[in-house]
Amino acid sequence: MDSIKFNHAYLQDAFSIAGPLEKEGKIRDFDLELDDYYYHEKTFELAEVKMQRVVIEQLLMKNHLIEKDIHYLIGGDLSNQISVSSYAARYYKIPFLGVYSACACFVEAVLLGAKLVDGRSKKRALVVTSSHNLNAEKQFRFPIEYGALKPKTTTFTATGCVGALICQEGKIRIEGATIGKVVDMGIQDATNMGAVMAPAAASVLYQHLQDFKRNVDDYDLILTGDLGSVGSALFREYLKRTYHISMMNHMDAATEIYKTEQDTYAGASGPVALPLVLFNLVLKSHRYQKILIIGTGSLHSPTFVNQKESIPAISHAVSLEVLS
Amino acid sequence: MNQDEYQKLVKQFTPKERKFKNAVVSFLVGGCIGFVGQIFVTILTENYHLGMIEASSWLCLFLILFASVLTALGFFDTWVTKGKAGFIIPTTGFAHSITSAALDYKKEGLITGLGSNFFKLAGSVILYGIISAFFFAVLGVIFYG
Repeated sequence: MDSIKFNHAYLQDAFSIAGPLEKEGKIRDFDLELDDYYYHEKTFELAEVKMQRVVIEQLLMKNHLIEKDIHYLIGGDLSNQISVSSYAARYYKIPFLGVYSACACFVEAVLLGAKLVDGRSKKRALVVTSSHNLNAEKQFRFPIEYGALKPKTTTFTATGCVGALICQEGKIRIEGATIGKVVDMGIQDATNMGAVMAPAAASVLYQHLQDFKRNVDDYDLILTGDLGSVGSALFREYLKRTYHISMMNHMDAATEIYKTEQDTYAGASGPVALPLVLFNLVLKSHRYQKILIIGTGSLHSPTFVNQKESIPAISHAVSLEVLS
Repeated sequence: MNQDEYQKLVKQFTPKERKFKNAVVSFLVGGCIGFVGQIFVTILTENYHLGMIEASSWLCLFLILFASVLTALGFFDTWVTKGKAGFIIPTTGFAHSITSAALDYKKEGLITGLGSNFFKLAGSVILYGIISAFFFAVLGVIFYG
């Protein structure tokens, strides 16, 4: 069994920062919106570190907590050696775990946080994840100002940072989780990450339903991370053909962030895409009670892509229940 | 579903690129740059009595400056995404690739950042440009003496 059931783990609070393009998109009223990519720092890398720090500090302040009240800090991002999270964590005296599963970071962090907190009274975990479009461009693609022509399957790394507080009480119960397996369907194209990740998302969804003996209709919403328009279509088709599951309650975070005229190809990507949509659209709408979030990560590095290796993908699922 | 079947499915779901439209746009944009360049060369040769080679060199320098300044100001990448290869094929694309890499790495030091990454994209053009120039020169000598 690849799944975990939690007894007492809740999402108590969350804080979101959205970048300059994201705040002009479909979702409005993020907790904090940035006007420029530098965020008053010298480099984009430092700007992303600052985003994580602000999120951590805002969460502490809003909930009247001090560093000592947080027992675990779990952070993840896209930068090499997950340096953004580590450089942000150096400012706090909180035991730190750095996680990497590309754009599935947030779900992995929530899963770990819930496991660490579950059943242990007064324990709190703070999970934080971020991505910065220009840092990702520089690391994974071309220099920032280089106008490379991109195919329509490309996704656009969202800029932003989201943190969440996991503890023993709250209104959103973290009910269960399924840890995904790495899936590689032989796709080599790093500009089509939706196609790389779709089978991994389908596999973890199937595993989750098997382990918990449920079917898709038991959830009001199945929210995938950043499959994008191409990946979402592939995900649904793959589910139908391989596992004979069809669903009407699927939403993909990637396609909910930007407007069509913002010209972001197949939609948003990055670990921050899913939590931005979860906390600022899905939960604020009060329309859904049982939500399954599926983080999707394409685990490639430019080196392996250049060596013509096919790209492995990972997906983790966490089921949430909104208590009324 | 096995890997081959999945890859077929991916192909089926991948949106088609509008190659013909892109080619036409590139042709027109590239053509316009060529047209402006020709006016520039004509002015230099007619009004300033420069030779053809000198005038072409000035044009090249002008295009490089034009692309680099616009890259630094942040316009050029948007233009390239709209004007396609029309902006890349002339010297402008080469200058653009160097300036954009330089901008990216200037904060990482003059040697370890800017210096080592300056030709990140343009390196291939220079290397294979020189190699092919060598072979074409050899062919030229063989056929035309």
